[in-house]
Amino acid sequence: MTAVTDRQKLQYIAARAADARVNVELETEGMTLNIGPQHPATHGTLRIVARLDGEQVIAAEPVAGYMHRGYEKLAEVRTYAQITTLVNRIDWLGSFANEVPFILAAERLMEVEAPPRATWIRTILFEMSRIANIILFLGDMGVQLGAITPVFFAFRDREYVLDQIERVTGGRFHPNFDRIGGLKDDLPKGWLADTAQVMEKVRTFCDEIEDLLMGSEVFQQRTRGIGIIPPDVALQYGLSGANARASGIDWDLRRDGCVGLAYPEVDWKVWTHPDGDSFARFWVRLQEVREATRIIDQLVEGVPSGPIMAKVPRIIKVPAGEAWVSTENPLGEMGYYVVSQGDLTPFRLKIRSASFNNISITPWLLRGVYVPDIVTILASLYFILGDIDR
Amino acid sequence: MTSALLGLELAYWQSTLIRVLAGLAAVLLLTGGVVYLYLFKFVSFMQSRLGPMEAGPYGSLQLLAEVGKWLQKEDIHTEDSDRLVFGLAPAVVLSSTFLMFVVIPAGPDLVIANLGTGIYYVLAVSALSVLGILMAGWASANKYALMGALRAGGQLIAYELPMVLAVLGVVIMAGSLNLQDIVAAQSTGEIFGISWIGNPFILTQFVAFAVFMISVQAELTQTPFDMPIAESELVAGYQVEYSGIRFLVYFISEFATAVAFAAVASTLFLGGWALPASWGLSDGVMNVVGPLLVATKAVLLVGVVFWVRFSFPRFREDQLQRLAWKVLIPIALANILVTAVFKVAF
Amino acid sequence: MAEDVTDTAEPADEAPEAPVDEARERIAEAFRAELGDAVEATEVQAGRDVWVRVRTDAWRAAAEAARNSLGARYFCFLSVIDWLPSPFGRSMDAAVDVELARRAGEEPPVPSTELAHGVTGGATRFQLLARVADVGRPGEHWGVTLKADVGDDLTVDSWVPVYAGADWHEREAWEMFGLTFTGHPGLRHMYLPSDFEGHPLRKEFPLLARMVKPWPGIVDVEPMPGDDAEPADGEAADGEGDS
Repeated sequence: MTAVTDRQKLQYIAARAADARVNVELETEGMTLNIGPQHPATHGTLRIVARLDGEQVIAAEPVAGYMHRGYEKLAEVRTYAQITTLVNRIDWLGSFANEVPFILAAERLMEVEAPPRATWIRTILFEMSRIANIILFLGDMGVQLGAITPVFFAFRDREYVLDQIERVTGGRFHPNFDRIGGLKDDLPKGWLADTAQVMEKVRTFCDEIEDLLMGSEVFQQRTRGIGIIPPDVALQYGLSGANARASGIDWDLRRDGCVGLAYPEVDWKVWTHPDGDSFARFWVRLQEVREATRIIDQLVEGVPSGPIMAKVPRIIKVPAGEAWVSTENPLGEMGYYVVSQGDLTPFRLKIRSASFNNISITPWLLRGVYVPDIVTILASLYFILGDIDR
Repeated sequence: MTSALLGLELAYWQSTLIRVLAGLAAVLLLTGGVVYLYLFKFVSFMQSRLGPMEAGPYGSLQLLAEVGKWLQKEDIHTEDSDRLVFGLAPAVVLSSTFLMFVVIPAGPDLVIANLGTGIYYVLAVSALSVLGILMAGWASANKYALMGALRAGGQLIAYELPMVLAVLGVVIMAGSLNLQDIVAAQSTGEIFGISWIGNPFILTQFVAFAVFMISVQAELTQTPFDMPIAESELVAGYQVEYSGIRFLVYFISEFATAVAFAAVASTLFLGGWALPASWGLSDGVMNVVGPLLVATKAVLLVGVVFWVRFSFPRFREDQLQRLAWKVLIPIALANILVTAVFKVAF
Repeated sequence: MAEDVTDTAEPADEAPEAPVDEARERIAEAFRAELGDAVEATEVQAGRDVWVRVRTDAWRAAAEAARNSLGARYFCFLSVIDWLPSPFGRSMDAAVDVELARRAGEEPPVPSTELAHGVTGGATRFQLLARVADVGRPGEHWGVTLKADVGDDLTVDSWVPVYAGADWHEREAWEMFGLTFTGHPGLRHMYLPSDFEGHPLRKEFPLLARMVKPWPGIVDVEPMPGDDAEPADGEAADGEGDS
């Protein structure tokens, strides 16, 4: 494998040397530990086969597929409107965000553009799914490190955001709200004013997490310098989103290549962290939640009036062509490559989900770490099983 | 052979039976109370939820319901497990816990056995639980259990040492290993001639108190030292294969040990059952007030343990060992030295 | 932030005669310069994307050129398109076509059995599809979609030596389409059980659930409750058994 850093080389050599030494002295064999598929650290059904020497990992191989649902195949026999229901379930904590790039790709092929109001509401809901998603990460990271309390705060405050999503879309988890050409419904009355209050609560939550978890000595000891991903390796493995930004890669699809969403209209910042360790990934996500509340606050101020649907035919046949649209989803770059041959259904739909790439780095990353760090590294990479297995 | 208990002349077996039953009742009541108060309610409020509310007023009977549930469960074990050792392990852990209570005094006459080496007896029997944990980890035939047990072995032995060293400071101050003597030393002592509050050793041995409480946290395998049971990585460590009544035994012993260590800490550092001797209360009064006093102090200290447990993330195994060997033990040794110097100087 | 974006697409003002996208044209040019006649076709859709189709034997060379010479260090995805028209008919499309043709009073169209390749064309049934990008320098982002035909031996060079992240994607392509990647460290099943037979994303692999029961698409195959010609409420319960 190319692009092995010096640190990785040393770790590897140390692991091998330890292995050899132990084998000579005691004639012990490494132990193979199956972490998962049912294991609290994998929050889902990921399995990690780790070969251990004592508590040190010699080799670790993630095994996915326990939740594979075959969406790429299923999409080939479903109309575009039916597919949004499917793709909702890819990253189930930020469902709305999954629909957006797919709808944008279909709109691009159809040469349709959603009206400004729909675009703004899409962006608000997109950022809300980001908050709902990452809030849970912030709490869950605590659980993986043994601090149980933060996750209760996370569930409590996520509920406010989910309530807001539910008031618009009718679904807490799977809104299925995006349509080709716009949205299903307009906002309910008073929703925008309430949203501002919810954002205030989210910011309070961020402060709480910063005090309770991130500020803790123990947390820093457990995360700083653990699971370092150099930027070059991150790019090779296709890490995106907060994982890439935590390695110092200044790249955010909301800013760079924003298609059909209202991000250029607002003032916000892309946060990066130079360290590339577990702490950096946590820190970047925490800042992202704060930034998302800022984005929503600004968007709520200026939602334009007008229709929420463009003119689209009743029977949607997407013209032949190919389109790739990706957006900055809570987990990273999520994109759809839609191949249409002018039918009701896409001819081929390639789903590029963020967690698939983000987790593919684990065999490289977990080599030489200790068993407790497997958990923190996995938690800090933040994956959703549905996003790996699709 | 007869022995006196509260002025009554009873046969040895009678007094022993009474002592054991009273001790058991006190331990179980205190443990149940601690579980309800802290694990169910205090923590719930910390985590902005209500905790159990249905069983009894404010959920106060929830623990009974839980115990009933555990008792009903099937006693299962893995196919490859060593059944004898697997079954014995919880009993070893629990007996280590109960043996600790034997020497903890709750009043001038309220002690099951007043041993001359009291405090070292406590520390010695508390270390027995390592044996039970290793047995459990080995007999479960589960890799997680084994790793948890080995971690527990390393951790409990490592933290035994700062605990013993911390206690030494108190022993030097009191000039005795007997817990009743240590209580008496705090009750009759005085600080710079002021005898109104006696001399609870937390004032003079605050360093030892801090080291002791941190070690207690580690001995109890509570967060931030819960590496052996680390539910997010080892699932539940050595307890992973246990269910039903055997798990209940672990559960009881975990919290009863917390109470025991808190009672030891309150005896060593907070004056135990006694009020300052200068208040002039008679032994008869203290036999009634003492148990309440020591129980209150112990429950408060358990609260501290739980407060820490639900506030912190956990250490990694090597960081935890580093804390014991590189921080706590040197501090405890320095404390002994300083204490000895002051003891001689004054 | 808008001024940072050189790459931003504004789908609104896209028209067939849209202005020439110089940045993307330059990317296509750069690939031609690097790979010479190994580039079989390029296509630039202004403001949207750029496609480069290379010869099969230049597949890894294309990756090396993209990564080492052009700076596209970010690996996005790698996948395959099976251009074979589905041998199982066009499922609900067929039904809609029949219905639309009936309304228009025409004959329903006969589904083609020809391979109809998409952007940048192609010659073979399977076509590799991958995307890499240059990221990390604000304001100078670009991405490119690379394509290559796959010959009848269904074997291509692996990208793993160039982009380590291609590992899992190639395992997925191997499993789903049956392509072999030479130079891959270990083609194992990604999702499916190791004794699974067949390659599910190939068009000739039947989606059994859909074979057994057609999906209620635009043309409903079952009457919805309430809007059918069933008897009124009182008798509906009795009638359900027959329907």
